[in-house]
Amino acid sequence: MKPIIDLDNIRREFVVGDEVVKALRGVSFTIHEGEFVTIMGTSGSGKSTLLNILGCLDSPTSGEYRLDGTPVRTMSKNQRAILRNRKIGFVFQNYNLLAKTTAVENVELPLMYNGDVSAGERRERAVTALRRVGLGDRLNHKSNQMSGGQMQRVAIARALVNDPAVILADEATGNLDTRTSFEILVLFQELHHEGRTIIFVTHNPEIAQYSSRNIVLRDGKVRDDSLNAHMLDAAKKLAELPVNDDD
Amino acid sequence: MNATNLFKIALKAIANNKMRSFLTMLGIIIGVASVITMLAIGQGSKEQIKQNIAEMGSNMIMIRPGEDRGPGGARMSADDMQSLTLTDYENIVNQNKYLAAVSPVVSSGGQLIYGNNNYQTSVTGVSDGYLTIRQLKIESGEMFSEADIKSSAKVCVVGKTIVDNLFPSGADPVGQIIRFNKIPMKIVGVLKSKGYNSMGMDQDDIVLMPYTTVMKRILAQTYLQSIYASALTEGMTDLAIADVTTILRADHRLRDTDDDDFSIRSQEEISSMMTSTMSMLTLLLACVAGISLVVGGIGIMNIMYVSVTERTREIGLRMSVGARGIDILSQFLIEAIMISVTGGLIGMLFGVGASLLVKTLAGWPISIQAWTVALSFLVCTITGVFFGWYPAKKAANLDPIEAIRYE
Repeated sequence: MKPIIDLDNIRREFVVGDEVVKALRGVSFTIHEGEFVTIMGTSGSGKSTLLNILGCLDSPTSGEYRLDGTPVRTMSKNQRAILRNRKIGFVFQNYNLLAKTTAVENVELPLMYNGDVSAGERRERAVTALRRVGLGDRLNHKSNQMSGGQMQRVAIARALVNDPAVILADEATGNLDTRTSFEILVLFQELHHEGRTIIFVTHNPEIAQYSSRNIVLRDGKVRDDSLNAHMLDAAKKLAELPVNDDD
Repeated sequence: MNATNLFKIALKAIANNKMRSFLTMLGIIIGVASVITMLAIGQGSKEQIKQNIAEMGSNMIMIRPGEDRGPGGARMSADDMQSLTLTDYENIVNQNKYLAAVSPVVSSGGQLIYGNNNYQTSVTGVSDGYLTIRQLKIESGEMFSEADIKSSAKVCVVGKTIVDNLFPSGADPVGQIIRFNKIPMKIVGVLKSKGYNSMGMDQDDIVLMPYTTVMKRILAQTYLQSIYASALTEGMTDLAIADVTTILRADHRLRDTDDDDFSIRSQEEISSMMTSTMSMLTLLLACVAGISLVVGGIGIMNIMYVSVTERTREIGLRMSVGARGIDILSQFLIEAIMISVTGGLIGMLFGVGASLLVKTLAGWPISIQAWTVALSFLVCTITGVFFGWYPAKKAANLDPIEAIRYE
């Protein structure tokens, strides 16, 4: 298996006033293609910092990070922006869709910043991605006309549209009710089965049971890194859940 | 990233937020329109006042015989000197470069009689250029003609005071025959009333006749008492004086060492009042323009700043999906330019429209000038673009993480 993410002794320090806060104190792990990894940790454990570094939004103070073979630490801001555009799909807790913008236009957004993709191809890939997440009938709905679950599906389609090396989800089910959360989890498991690499950052231990590997952070270090031999099937759990009355 | 996509992104952002775009544009529309209207009203008032002062004869110059000597020494009355002749008048008419009108002036005192009414006054012999020089207008009837001047016709044009005294019953004086001393005169026109001047002199106590008539039939003299003229513009008065001096000196065959045997005066008092009033009005106008521009500019600045700041999260999102700082900056710059230029153009229409409305409804004098329109458009548009660009630049330099978490 090809390593997608390779972290080698990553440290990240912030200067707050006179104090130096060590958010990450030497984190090393490798994530291979096709893994579904949850990164867990309480607040203050450094998981947000790690996510920012994994997402090329932030640079480590020291250590080396290779994304799909490319060393990231020495890259300029603009180079990292292009890398994000081509290699990473983000899914945020609060969806972060463009307001009053249709689903298709939201999904097209990453491709708008890629000059190699023509207008026709952009539309086609956006529609394919939306069909993939089950929103083929809501292509031209605007973001404010959709439910939370639908908005998160649009966000996942947007993360898929550039065919990224890794999908980074930050508490992607944090704002959703249980049933919708599982619907989204089912979608992530499906993507995993299709061979996509997914990193899911959460503080909810339940979700870890549905992933193939679980990394636990505490005080800026990896405390536990274990493969999950008995991955639960989110679709089964979803079927057991009571159906919402208002659906 | 290519330019076409950037334009698409900017257009979509404007189209998807019609209300925000409209409000931003409104700031610029109102800024531009109010500046144009304020300046149009200010400029119009300025021109009106300038015209009013000009009507007092600010560009009038008077040529009298006799040198302009210092105090002391016996001197003859200018009226008795015979050095100013009709030849001088004709040469001035034919050779001048800066004069709008020239008229000889000869006058004589006497009694006007009509029926059992009489009035003691003086008559002034002039050419028709005198009306232009003194800013007089005919109210009824007409000015005497060139033919009347040639034939020394016994005709006259009278002012309101004369009419009031000779025709107290209110009869139409035009066509009536009055007598000046013993000479019968036909009234061919009545002048529009001008009231008293700033010195308290009645400007309607006036009887105008062809100068030939006064010279031949009343005074029996061949020389002129003075020549009045008006410069083309108030600013050309000095040039006109120099010009006439040259003509008259040549005419009178004066050598370089000789003093002038005539004197030329202009309405220095009025023209200096005009200059100081105008410079004050210009200053006032500059203040009005400056304040309007600052107020308009601050309005635009606020709304641009707020609208970009509230989009910090959008900026964060765009950066997280791969927009570079330059992409964000370009997008907001394009948006700001489109909104500002469109708003500026609409504002120009509104400003011109509002000015015309003020003119029609309130009847105020209005003057819309190209420079005021261009100035307000440029200042407001540049302010709009700058304050769209500046916060966007700040946002583009933010960390994407900070921007996306911005509340």
